[in-house]
Amino acid sequence: MLIPFADTLAAHNLELTRESTRTLQINVGRLCDLACRHCHLEAGPTRREVMTPETMAAVMAFAARHRFAVIDVTGGAPELVPEISTLLRGLAAHTDQLMLRTNLTALMAPERAELLELIINLKITLVASFPSINARQADAQRGVGVSDRSVAMLQMLNTRGYGQPGSGLLLHLVANPGGAFLPDDQSAAELRFKQEAQRRFGIVFNQLFTFANMPLGRFRSWLEKSGNETDYLQRLQAAFNPCTVTGLMCRTLLSVDWDGHLYDCDFNLAAGIPLGGKTLTIDALPEPPVAGTMIATGEHCYACTAGSGFT
Amino acid sequence: MSDYYNPADLNKFAEIGKDAPELATKFFDYYSAVFAEGELTAREKALIALGVAHAVQCPYCIDAYTRSCLEKGSHLGEMTEAVHVANAIRGGASLVHGIQMRKVADKLGM
Repeated sequence: MLIPFADTLAAHNLELTRESTRTLQINVGRLCDLACRHCHLEAGPTRREVMTPETMAAVMAFAARHRFAVIDVTGGAPELVPEISTLLRGLAAHTDQLMLRTNLTALMAPERAELLELIINLKITLVASFPSINARQADAQRGVGVSDRSVAMLQMLNTRGYGQPGSGLLLHLVANPGGAFLPDDQSAAELRFKQEAQRRFGIVFNQLFTFANMPLGRFRSWLEKSGNETDYLQRLQAAFNPCTVTGLMCRTLLSVDWDGHLYDCDFNLAAGIPLGGKTLTIDALPEPPVAGTMIATGEHCYACTAGSGFT
Repeated sequence: MSDYYNPADLNKFAEIGKDAPELATKFFDYYSAVFAEGELTAREKALIALGVAHAVQCPYCIDAYTRSCLEKGSHLGEMTEAVHVANAIRGGASLVHGIQMRKVADKLGM
């Protein structure tokens, strides 16, 4: 039996409250060219939910009224969303750092060449999924052949300056475990990934982020089917590190979904736990949530506080 | 005793400290120090431990270090090679004794 996350916080005399909001994360939809087995949002080629131009306009208006240090565009595969170029152009002027999460394969399609030029011109930071240097391990999670295509796209991005020192084009990689186990220490993993990516593929990048798989969505279904659910949840709970709570991303982030609804983070979004406990859309939000507001939690929060945490 | 090698018993390892706590403390302190990052990385040490686990055929160790290797970023290719290293040393250790066998046979034979 899992201890409720809120009780674990209380046992450590901790509260999870918001600080001032510095990051706007925009989930532009569930449509994706891949159907990764760990996806907490169950994104895939058959999903049709994408952000409309009207919702994009509301998001851009909000970002223009309230400047965010970071704006983080995620999905699904954002590259597949019609009018994504309009959104990126509209957001770029209103933030210090515009980030785009990419699975790499969606960006490498020939019909996305124009979008890639825009991304380069706007100096958008790319945050790319690259779970493992080992092709078999990566493909087991993301689909056959995805690893090779990802490597090819990273090599191409390198030739365009991404990840190269002094280019101003930042390329970060994101790695998550290939199953029901916890991630490696981030700094150790980054060192190894940098050495191996360079040695095997001649790829360079700026930073590696590691995170534990979220017990939500498609990964939760796999945990249940494979008989790993109880053990995995207990391991996440046992690895609770109170030192991670101060730096959790949900404290400074506002998450807006493809339909404009608001959440404390992308994981509460997947779990259906709305910001402030009530349904609210971005066009009705007068200002970002104020510091001190309580953040709703669930058992998935243990994935962000395990070990070194996901901050 | 009906159950040998129950996986749940691995989580009870610390109970070995009952009745001899000082020895257990010394062992677990040493154990932690051995597996800390040093001249070898924690990932390399986990791979060695996985190989040794197969050599000593300890199911608890195989469970623990399979997970540990995965968590430290190793993949099945590396882990399988580690098992082969253990196997090669075990097999080689048997085979090299064949020299002793041959020496004895040479002495006894005409």
